Amino acid sequence: MSEPIVLRTDALRKRFGSLEVARDVSLSLPRGCRHALIGPNGAGKTTLINLITGQLKPDSGTISLEGEDITATPAATRVRRGLTRTFQINTLFPDLTPLEAVTLAVCERQRTAGQFWRGLFAHEEAIDESFAILTQLGLGDVATRTTRTLPYGQQRLLEIALALATRPRVLLLDEPAAGVPKDESAVLFDVISALPQDISVLFIEHDMDIVFRFATRIVVLVAGGVLLEADPETVRTDPRVREVYLGGAGHA
Amino acid sequence: MSDVTANAPFDAQGWLRRQSRWSPLEVVFWLALLLPFFFFPTYLTLASQIAIAALFAISVDLILGYAGIVTLGHAMFFGLGAYAAGLISVYGWGEPLSGLLLAAAFAGLVGFVVSFMIVRVQHLALIMITLGLGLLTYELANSMSWLTGGTDGLRGIRTWPIFNYFRFDLWGYTAYSYSLAALFVCFLVSRRIVNSSFGLALRGVRENVRRMPAIGSDYRGHLQKIYTISAAIAGLAGALMAQTTNVVALDALSFQRSADVVVMLILGGTGRLYGAIVGAAIFLIARDQLSGVNPQYWYFWIGLLLMVVVLVMPKGILGGLSALASRWSGR
Repeated sequence: MSEPIVLRTDALRKRFGSLEVARDVSLSLPRGCRHALIGPNGAGKTTLINLITGQLKPDSGTISLEGEDITATPAATRVRRGLTRTFQINTLFPDLTPLEAVTLAVCERQRTAGQFWRGLFAHEEAIDESFAILTQLGLGDVATRTTRTLPYGQQRLLEIALALATRPRVLLLDEPAAGVPKDESAVLFDVISALPQDISVLFIEHDMDIVFRFATRIVVLVAGGVLLEADPETVRTDPRVREVYLGGAGHA
Repeated sequence: MSDVTANAPFDAQGWLRRQSRWSPLEVVFWLALLLPFFFFPTYLTLASQIAIAALFAISVDLILGYAGIVTLGHAMFFGLGAYAAGLISVYGWGEPLSGLLLAAAFAGLVGFVVSFMIVRVQHLALIMITLGLGLLTYELANSMSWLTGGTDGLRGIRTWPIFNYFRFDLWGYTAYSYSLAALFVCFLVSRRIVNSSFGLALRGVRENVRRMPAIGSDYRGHLQKIYTISAAIAGLAGALMAQTTNVVALDALSFQRSADVVVMLILGGTGRLYGAIVGAAIFLIARDQLSGVNPQYWYFWIGLLLMVVVLVMPKGILGGLSALASRWSGR
């Protein structure tokens, strides 16, 4: 537990009308962590990711990345500083090939995407890096197929590939295996557990087997607030968690 | 799409390079544009108009076809370029090439200023903003008749010979050569743009604007850049018209022109540059032929053609042809 804190949220609050979707959420992610974010539907898990990554502005509270306050920083700038997310619903570029899409993400990271006078093929390093990421995720064979024609499971992997191309230090995965059959989701989480050790990962997942297998620490979110943050064993045996999540809602 | 050969290490760079390589078909296409000189010498004026309209359509394709910015007011930049080139000549400087560049720079500058507003709106609001700007510019030119000649049009344009040697002749040899050369140069520039990492970023915006910030992209900057480039090219097309016809009428700025160019682009096929050229050719040749038959109602046929193309070939005529070709070679 001596790893330095990379990402910290302090008393984040957000309400939509009368509905409180984030109530004083204070989290901290140490370097290299593998945290899971769980909670029943509507608990505000995706909202929390939207707040942290800048798609939504909190009503109050602060977010800091490596000690710097990023509460008012635009979403794209947060990504360039190393705070990247993936989406629960595929948010890809349907008409681009994976090779093009990931190369684009690499070029954006290198700040060379605005160069209109150089052919794309001249960005050799970016292309090689992009192909290496795709190969690492098992997408090398389909790198030049149009994204919309890829099987769903491979599109989920491409979600992660695009995020990796930004060289994240903190990676927020919003249900990376959403909609993927159970046997395939194991492949996805193998990829996630093979990520470089210095990346801090927070993932949302409903499948409790996967959560207990991959998470070193679990945050339980209920009705916008943190009910409990603890190691898997404590969460597994906590009566409140059993009541609101494992028992009642019937997700497991 | 070529498949990856098994076992051999895949050459990603080579694959991307092949995507932007010149095909023999393209060379044939450009050679075919020289045919009017030999076979249709009486149609060179029309050919010149087609080249100008094609250039204008390319400028719209850059924003609409590649970046997904729908516009119904792009005649604004065409007209600004036309008036700029015309006025430069009226006030005593008739050298065509410098006039062309000055007019393009002026239209590009206005495009840059306007782009701050354009990138902040989307969908219907975007269409309305572009439409509104087009109408504003039209009425501004109309009311400033001391400068623009108002409804009488801008007269007194004298375009000097190109390189002080090639005079603009009645038959349109010089006009078509000049317009075609300008079209080709601007096409080369546009082709490089769409095949660059910047062009890829524009396609990214078009394909999924929500993902762009999530890969760290300041996509509004990209959009402003392409909007400025597009405005400059549209202005250059307008300047060509002013210089080759020696007159600028208010209709250079009209809503009709803004709408026509979108129709041309959709007929030919968006997002492939050549669609702009093919669409402009079909539109203007159809107008030339049909208005001979029935001068009042020729838009009826354009309307019919547009509906048939959109229903049968949603990606335009070139899009439909390339789909057919790939199905053929896919066997």
